[in-house]
Amino acid sequence: MALENADIENIAVLARLQVPATETSDYANSISSILALVDQMQQVDTEGVEPLSNPHDATQRLRPDEVTCDNQRDAFMAIAPATEEGLYLVPKVID
Amino acid sequence: MAWEIVIGLEIHVQLATKSKLFSGAKVAFGAEPNTQTTLVDLGMPGALPVFNEQALRMAVTFGTAIDADIGKHSVFARKNYFYPDSPKGYQTSQMDHPIVGIGHLDIQLEDGSTKRIGVTRAHLEEDAGKSLHDDFDGMTGIDLNRSSTPLLEIVSEPDMRSAKEAVAYMRKMHAIVTTIGISDGNMAEGSMRCDANVSVRPKGQEKLGTRAELKNINSFRFIERAINVEVERQIDILEDGGTIAQETRLYDADKNETRPMRSKEEANDYRYFPCPDLLPINIDEAYIDAIRNALPELPDQRSARFVSQLSLSEYDAGVLSASRALADYFEAVVAVCNDAKLGANWVTGELAKFLNQNNMEINAAPVSAEQLGQLISRIKDDTINTKGAKTVFEALWDQTGTVDGIIADKGLKQVSDMGAIEAMVDDVIAASPKQVQQYLDAEVEKRGKMLGFFMGQVMKASKGAANPGQVNGLLKNKLDALC
Amino acid sequence: MTNKTLIQISDELSAGQYSSREITQDIIADIRARDAQFNSFITVSEELALEQADAADARRAAGHAELLTGVPFAHKDLFCTQGLRTTCASKMLEDFIPPYESTVGQRLLATGAVCVGKTNMDEFAMGSSNENSYFGAVKNPWDLNAVPGGSSGGSAAAVAAGLVPAATGTDTGGSIRQPASFCNLTGIKPTYGRVSRFGIVAYASSLDQAGPMCTTAADAAVMLNAMAGFDAQDSTSVQQDAADFTAELNQPLAGLKVGLPKEFFGSGLDPQVADCIMAAVKQIEALGAQIVDISLPNLELSIPAYYVIAPSEASSNLSRFDGVRYGYRCDQPEDLMDLYCRTRAEGFGKEVKRRIMVGTYALSEGYYDAYYVKAQRVRRLIKDDFARALAQVDVIMGPVAPTPAFDLGSNTKDPVAMYLEDIYTLSANMAGIPAMSTPAGFVNGRPVGLHIMGNYFAEAKLLNIAHQYQQVTDWHLQTPTSNTAKGA
Ligand SMILES: [Mg+2]
Ligand SMILES: [Zn+2]
Repeated sequence: MALENADIENIAVLARLQVPATETSDYANSISSILALVDQMQQVDTEGVEPLSNPHDATQRLRPDEVTCDNQRDAFMAIAPATEEGLYLVPKVID
Repeated sequence: MAWEIVIGLEIHVQLATKSKLFSGAKVAFGAEPNTQTTLVDLGMPGALPVFNEQALRMAVTFGTAIDADIGKHSVFARKNYFYPDSPKGYQTSQMDHPIVGIGHLDIQLEDGSTKRIGVTRAHLEEDAGKSLHDDFDGMTGIDLNRSSTPLLEIVSEPDMRSAKEAVAYMRKMHAIVTTIGISDGNMAEGSMRCDANVSVRPKGQEKLGTRAELKNINSFRFIERAINVEVERQIDILEDGGTIAQETRLYDADKNETRPMRSKEEANDYRYFPCPDLLPINIDEAYIDAIRNALPELPDQRSARFVSQLSLSEYDAGVLSASRALADYFEAVVAVCNDAKLGANWVTGELAKFLNQNNMEINAAPVSAEQLGQLISRIKDDTINTKGAKTVFEALWDQTGTVDGIIADKGLKQVSDMGAIEAMVDDVIAASPKQVQQYLDAEVEKRGKMLGFFMGQVMKASKGAANPGQVNGLLKNKLDALC
Repeated sequence: MTNKTLIQISDELSAGQYSSREITQDIIADIRARDAQFNSFITVSEELALEQADAADARRAAGHAELLTGVPFAHKDLFCTQGLRTTCASKMLEDFIPPYESTVGQRLLATGAVCVGKTNMDEFAMGSSNENSYFGAVKNPWDLNAVPGGSSGGSAAAVAAGLVPAATGTDTGGSIRQPASFCNLTGIKPTYGRVSRFGIVAYASSLDQAGPMCTTAADAAVMLNAMAGFDAQDSTSVQQDAADFTAELNQPLAGLKVGLPKEFFGSGLDPQVADCIMAAVKQIEALGAQIVDISLPNLELSIPAYYVIAPSEASSNLSRFDGVRYGYRCDQPEDLMDLYCRTRAEGFGKEVKRRIMVGTYALSEGYYDAYYVKAQRVRRLIKDDFARALAQVDVIMGPVAPTPAFDLGSNTKDPVAMYLEDIYTLSANMAGIPAMSTPAGFVNGRPVGLHIMGNYFAEAKLLNIAHQYQQVTDWHLQTPTSNTAKGA
């Protein structure tokens, strides 16, 4: 699957990555060659093979419904780039 | 042209767990911002989710209550999107394998008939945080207390044909989730909110029209208004030869209009995939059966019992079982006064009227079920009459005393002393020769009605305290004796 | 202090030859003096390390010392360390000081081990040469022109250079075993779920697994004892009784069935590496093992499947780096979109961005089934291959990598060429089985590792095989200096 520059631009928006125009075709080329590698698996017949998402095919463990954490806001907020009045600040969100 | 309205609802119910869906943070409304967050809810690097057992139990309870297929193998998936209230850059939800599959719910229509609404699915997911738009130097503040709060998203089939049906469905859902105790159902606090998918099509056309999704409606009243105003908008556009855009819209209650949401302008590709930090939930028949067997009496069953056991009308039974809180209140009243009919009349009458006037939910009623039961008992034992009881009720509402205290203070105790009443009756008859003559001249079958005048005079003389039954009997006897 | 094994240091601490404070100070001084040439550390943690060392000395004085009490080690800079910068070798986390300690870190600290610093790595563990680091490439102590392997290249170089006796690593597609092979170390990737992932910054959640990198198998067993164990905070942690990975050391290898998959010895394999491996296999045969030819027919598919699954999971795992709650944030964002796009473009390096884009694409509408779901089906084929093979044999052996450490800069232009280096290691992560590397010789002065893979939870068996092999060989005891002296 060869990607065009426009594909890279779309993917970059989805992934929230600013890609300068000068780098677009470089990404298009390298990602296309990765996809060519990946496409080798299309030749294998996997009809009826159940997808494997966890090596053990294990079952989710359940946590008792208990409150186990105290308020640690100060510690958590100390490492944030921008906060005010106990809130994280971001550029204006418009609904 | 005649239009048909097609509505499907997605209801988000906040599950009443103590802790969050994937962390041990407390779930409580109204806390200081960001004080109920853990590493997990903040999406700290390296933090991992662990699933809350109670959320699973609640979701399965809901599934059994609406007679749905339960997913014995359900899977958490990541819904990827960037937004400041979504700290991980994805919402953990369910996609291909939800915990609850196809089910249904019956609603009562205004004409008294029943309509079955299909439930497509219900899945577990985590809530997002909140954006606070107070101005912080042109910035928005983010509070992640609500992040990872457990939600059950209940998706209906597009089976509703009017805003009223949508409200009836939402009310019924509210009754069920509160009855089975999986949510407090508090809509003002966002514990239950809905998105409405609304479209219209020419009557008779099979193909669905293009729909608009109305986001985050959080009161019964707004559901009806939002849908009606949206339907009007769509019909206006179509009748002007326009087309409807498939989009997400917001209902503005102040302006009573819907408008497109600006933040969702770009088409999103959520890139769902099974969450690799969580494993499939596998449950067996025994687990489901145990939950099904422990289900409390559901609204429909309760309504049927009100009819069969308490001899209420279908209508009253339906109204009284529409919310668990209301039904519980009613049963508590009856437990005290031992009169279902009177109890139903007072709860659906005077109490409902006061709640409505004060825009209050039953839980907030200042008159307790116990008090209302006592009040009804005082009517039954002839201590007060209905008129006096209404005065007492009003005083109870204002929380100015107990039932008996108010009756005594206001001198509402009914006069049942035969001698005193007889004297008043005799006085009224003696003072109203003209009316007595008319009574005597009237045909027998019309005399009953004419008693009203004398009743009024006697009640007035007694300042409303005379026992109306006794007055009526005496008047009738004495007047008829003059014939 | 160079080139002492972990057990040796433990013994010498017990014997009172020096205190934990003394050896910790020596090690930190040594790192400061010598690491400039390797660039194996991103952060040296003097203050915290000395606190931990003093606590260890006090604990020893009180008579409560364990094997690791007072023993210094280093963490790959992917393990969250409370109060100590954790960068993932990324500008994104250049100044990130975690508010908590990873489960593995807690366990090591609980035994009294002393963390002297954080080692360099490929950014967010994405790479096979440790050239993708915001803090610069790591150099192989065996040959400063060679890469140390990756992504745990800093841990490998630090141990190989004798700066620390042991280091933690993580292995998503070979990131412990390949650098161990390139740097002449014993490194083990345990069974998926054996070691808690809590507090380890995720690359690909369904593949990531942490393990130790040490000089000897015995050291690795001691380290793994401390690191492994059930953790309720990790849903994928396996609920197993605590295992003693030293318990099977010293078991004879008589009767052991060793499978050699023909796919591990194909045309891509450097003949000199093949010679080293076959010599090692011969030696293991001489110890009583029986060698059987086997096949893992879907091995080659592990590369395409891995390069869908790992980037897909990574694209989602790395979405949390958005400049809002921690980490890098771009200057003066114009709006929300600008905040996201510039923060992430400026904070992530090129290979990280490339993998995020590959994963984003593989999960996107219209491609999900053809890529992600297909890769997961292939993943089951690979798991089934191992199940079939391991029903036939006790363990599987082969090379860790097709070549010895390659030259710095030789593969950086072509990501696909770099990806092909992982051909022998990816499959163990896909299946979730344990696998390790043990030193097995040199090619032109660059080390070669023997790859040993086993069934789920067979770590003790693997470590014993490596240990038995290390009893009859001295590859693992060679050091860059002794080797250079011998002119090998
Ligand atoms: Mg929805
Ligand atoms: Zn939802």
